[in-house]
Amino acid sequence: MSDWSKCWMMKTTDVFPLIAVMLIIATVLLLIVFSVQELIEGLRDAFWLILSGDPEILGITLRSIYISGSATFLAILWCIPIGTLIGLNDFVGKSFVKGIFNALLGLPTVTLGLILYLLYSTSGPLSSLDLFLNPIGVSIGQALLITPIIISFIASAVEAVSPEIRDLAKTLGASERAASFAVLKESTSGVLLAIVAGFNRAIAELGVVLMVGQNIRGRTRVLTTTIALETTRGNIALSIALAVLLLVIVLSISLLTNLIQRRFK
Amino acid sequence: MSWSAELEHVSKSYGQILALDDATLKVGKNEIFTLIGPNGSGKTTLLRILACIETPDNGNVYLHGRKIDDKNRDKAKLNTTLVFQRTSLFATSVYNNIAYGLRLRNLSKNHVYSAVKRALRTVRLEGFENRLAKKLSGGEQQRVSLARALALDTSLLLLDEPTANLDPKSASLIEEIIKEVNQEKQRTIIMATHNLFQAKHIGESAALLVNGRIIKIGTIREMLTGESGELAELARIENIFSGTLELLEGGTSRLSLENGILIETALDREGRFSVFISPEDIIISKRRLESSARNVFKGTIEEILDYGSLVKLKVNTGRDFIVQITKRSFIEMGLNVGSLVYLTFKASSVKII
Repeated sequence: MSDWSKCWMMKTTDVFPLIAVMLIIATVLLLIVFSVQELIEGLRDAFWLILSGDPEILGITLRSIYISGSATFLAILWCIPIGTLIGLNDFVGKSFVKGIFNALLGLPTVTLGLILYLLYSTSGPLSSLDLFLNPIGVSIGQALLITPIIISFIASAVEAVSPEIRDLAKTLGASERAASFAVLKESTSGVLLAIVAGFNRAIAELGVVLMVGQNIRGRTRVLTTTIALETTRGNIALSIALAVLLLVIVLSISLLTNLIQRRFK
Repeated sequence: MSWSAELEHVSKSYGQILALDDATLKVGKNEIFTLIGPNGSGKTTLLRILACIETPDNGNVYLHGRKIDDKNRDKAKLNTTLVFQRTSLFATSVYNNIAYGLRLRNLSKNHVYSAVKRALRTVRLEGFENRLAKKLSGGEQQRVSLARALALDTSLLLLDEPTANLDPKSASLIEEIIKEVNQEKQRTIIMATHNLFQAKHIGESAALLVNGRIIKIGTIREMLTGESGELAELARIENIFSGTLELLEGGTSRLSLENGILIETALDREGRFSVFISPEDIIISKRRLESSARNVFKGTIEEILDYGSLVKLKVNTGRDFIVQITKRSFIEMGLNVGSLVYLTFKASSVKII
């Protein structure tokens, strides 16, 4: 397992302290950037905005969940079979293949955004598919972005239980297919973590959504692009409100995963 | 005589490593047959081939008289099962672990239920159905593994050092269950072990494997009274010492080894004998212990073998002794290769093979 994968393959219980540390660092940075007074005012206004059920904020939040959720669903369609195949089998060039996916974990989102822009835009080869400035195009872009994460994690999760579980299933009479299924079932916890990590990466992503979606109000405007836009406009309260919502979504998903994992155990 | 399992000139390599070299073996019906040999001698490979989860490079395998090939391997797999040395369990309940193989055979729910109950009773784990298998103790986990294999009621049961990582109490319970299954259910059992005392206690016939080759097939006694080469190989396995017993006052005796080492025993025998000292019977300490134990040797740790919760140490005192301690003790004592230690064991721990 690569260092990258090891780092990411932490249990969700280990993720919470990390998130807490990140929150503390973010708060300290905010304190440095703004005066305490401004921050307190911003936070107060942000909570009022959230509690008021502002339709704009609600729309942006739901759109973020929809686009990133679709991207994750799309990605798992190919990531689960590919990750399982890599994890289960020993083949020539396996290390190379895993190395490529591990290397792609660090792919700059703006680079992928630029590539997709060139493909989707009116002069690009995929212009006829009408994916530019389209939520579906953004979802596909995010799905491609999170593919290396999900594949690497699933392959590592499967490798962690195979060949031991595979051999065990076979000695109890399982065919190759049934044994592979048993391995996948035993890796459920790791697979779930891979999916959650993919979703969290997608929803927190800015580069692809900005370059492919162009932040069009009511169509491709999501939490991250709005935070970036409103901060530059000096709309700190709205930015904080959206940042809080983003954190709440990420934390809730992680917490839910943790609860499901406990249930499985 | 009809055979449960036969190997004919079977070889198996993993890359450059020849794990099994021209192995020929026949195991009779309802027999307990042991495979003896040090680590890396090919015991596990042989068992994996018999379990049909490994394909030999050369040679033929017969199970119950039928030659195994690619066409019938999956079907043959249903008549044999293997319990691994390292306990391997699904992350689910004890019930689901045991039921897994039964469900693969498309048995009815009632049949599965009664087979699981029966298997748990055999391994003395009644009432453990809903417990999470991975939360059980090491000994209980290995009994679940055994129950899972027994529930399938296969005619050939393969056991790969099933007691290697267990405490003496759990190990002796598993030995008892193995004998019971063989006698009451009339099942053929092939068990790998590097514990000669266990092999003699449980099995009738045995094969001695060294470096992937079967160098002797017979009873343990035949091996001990056989050629010196075989004896030397056996001695390498675990705390087997051959020498001359000389009676002492009070009904005890002293075994003189070739290099002048003397081991005091509680045996009232004289003459040439081979003895065995169980690795878990030896106490290891950094200082000389003052105790009633009659045997104390000073030595140096030469090798450390990690077996999960247990650790085996090879200690050179002029002769190599294998000592088994828990990993916790090992860590707390701060032992390492080269550490100077004292080995202490009672005269009654020395047993004649």
